[in-house]
Amino acid sequence: MKPAPLDFEKPILELEKQLEELRKHSKLQAIDLEREVKSMEAKIESTRREIYQNLSAWQRIQIARHTARPFALDYLREAFTEFVELHGDRLFGDDQAMPAGFARLGQYRCVVLAHQKGRDTKENIRRNFGSAHPEGYRKALRLMRLAEKFQLPVVTLIDTPGAYPGVGAEERHISESIAVNLREMMQLRTAIVAVVIGEGGSGGALGIGVADRVLMLENAYYSVISPEGCAAILWKHRSHAPEAAEALKLTAFDLKQLGIIDAVIPEPTGGAHHDPLQTALNLRAAVLAQLDVLTKKKVSVLLEERYEKFRQMGRVLEPGMG
Amino acid sequence: MAIFPKPSLKLGKNLKKRDMPEGLWQKCPECGEVIHQLELSRNLKVCPKCDHHFTFSAAERIQSLLDPDTFQEFDAELASVDVLNFKGVATYRDRLKSYQAKTGLRDAVITGFGSIEGHRSGLAVMDFNFLAATMGSVVGEKITRLIERSTADRRAVVIVSASGGARMYEGMLSLMQMAKTSGALARHAEARLPYLSVLTHPTTAGVMASYASLGDLILAEPKCMVGFAGPRVIRETTHQELPPGFQTAEFLKEHGFIDLIVHRRDLRSTLARLLDYLGA
Ligand SMILES: [Zn+2]
Repeated sequence: MKPAPLDFEKPILELEKQLEELRKHSKLQAIDLEREVKSMEAKIESTRREIYQNLSAWQRIQIARHTARPFALDYLREAFTEFVELHGDRLFGDDQAMPAGFARLGQYRCVVLAHQKGRDTKENIRRNFGSAHPEGYRKALRLMRLAEKFQLPVVTLIDTPGAYPGVGAEERHISESIAVNLREMMQLRTAIVAVVIGEGGSGGALGIGVADRVLMLENAYYSVISPEGCAAILWKHRSHAPEAAEALKLTAFDLKQLGIIDAVIPEPTGGAHHDPLQTALNLRAAVLAQLDVLTKKKVSVLLEERYEKFRQMGRVLEPGMG
Repeated sequence: MAIFPKPSLKLGKNLKKRDMPEGLWQKCPECGEVIHQLELSRNLKVCPKCDHHFTFSAAERIQSLLDPDTFQEFDAELASVDVLNFKGVATYRDRLKSYQAKTGLRDAVITGFGSIEGHRSGLAVMDFNFLAATMGSVVGEKITRLIERSTADRRAVVIVSASGGARMYEGMLSLMQMAKTSGALARHAEARLPYLSVLTHPTTAGVMASYASLGDLILAEPKCMVGFAGPRVIRETTHQELPPGFQTAEFLKEHGFIDLIVHRRDLRSTLARLLDYLGA
């Protein structure tokens, strides 16, 4: 089944419909329309290229949020093997918005932490739309400590609109749960690779996002604030989200240029949901390449480089420095 | 490194003219008492009638906490850069310029070494008057440098926070300041040095989800608003009724997050006593 088209993909669909009509017509009337069909196919191809090679930030966000986009558990099935989910933070509960556990990636036994969204309303309620509570971040920390103790690399799959803004989350100190993860991940004595696979929503994303290598899928986004939130504040209306998305420089390519992420993982034409399996293979190869490098490093080197990596982030004007 | 042994930290320099004729009088938003600015300043910007804590500038805070003439400011010249070339309804450049003019500050935090009743410590004070004390690269960099210097010099760190969160105008560079400052605190903690976090009205979002939550001890001013998400966002997202006193210092203390709620006039002596216990 073809995934539901996004608004900006409609010209392609329109042409595809015309092509179908043409073929039907040709068959029914037994007329040779070979030339027209060929030219229509060429037109479709060039339209696809035109659209997908010039995606705006806002269009990429639509792809990143597509309900058919592969989610963390899809990658755990297709890119990893033998996933064993482990539950609970040993303090309060088990956050279903953040599944975590052991999984193998090639030769590596890993601890994987992930945000998980639901495909339908029922699953979304269970997964809280991918917005974790403090329990999720604390489960992640518990398993990171486990990874450290047994020298297993950590892989995190980030896909959240943000940490959950709710009464319970505040009562149980969501800020603290994220802050502690930032501090602990900064000095966790094992390799960490983070991949933004869909939405990288602010602090909720960063809460499992401090890593030796930060990768992003081509159409994922990673932002300090949602474009809607930014538009509401700066443009006084959420409808300006496309402009805010542009201004925030939140695409994988922008962030690579800004030095926030290390590499962009390519997606199939049209986005991950057009070929989830291929995307999983791309992700697998990209993470494996990083693990090959990182697991050979001494822990002290790893920690020094991790500190320096984040230490360098930010731009300031300093008199006397030019 | 810019060091100014004797910064001019005059009280009342930036008093606002808002609301009251000629800016001489201010109405307490809590009890309605009309208070003369001079009296308010003398009382550390606390309402003499109901103890409401008004916004305190960084300069006022530093003067209220440190022993006279002990402040050595760091990185005063650091200024923000419009890396993203951010254009919204107003450009980032314009916002910076207008807040710099309005507050006389270069950005939203002042950092340096100073003595709190003889305890020489690293001190960072955020100033809510500057762009809601949002954290961009300058705030993150100044706080990180202060923590690193304090680690190298084996000094305690005291951070007085107030913040609307990460600064949108610098996009992801702002978010990454959360990781950067937390990393510096990790090393400071590894060196077994104390870090005291003081929360003031309001401390929220990205600052709460990084250094403000990482104190060995966490203090707060009475009734200050402390939280991750704003109450409006929570109400809109959850359609839940918010419990009484939600996200106040008192609420957080009851829920086990805050060690001590301290009246502004007692903050200096309280910090000194705690630093003493921690051997700083
Ligand atoms: Zn009052």
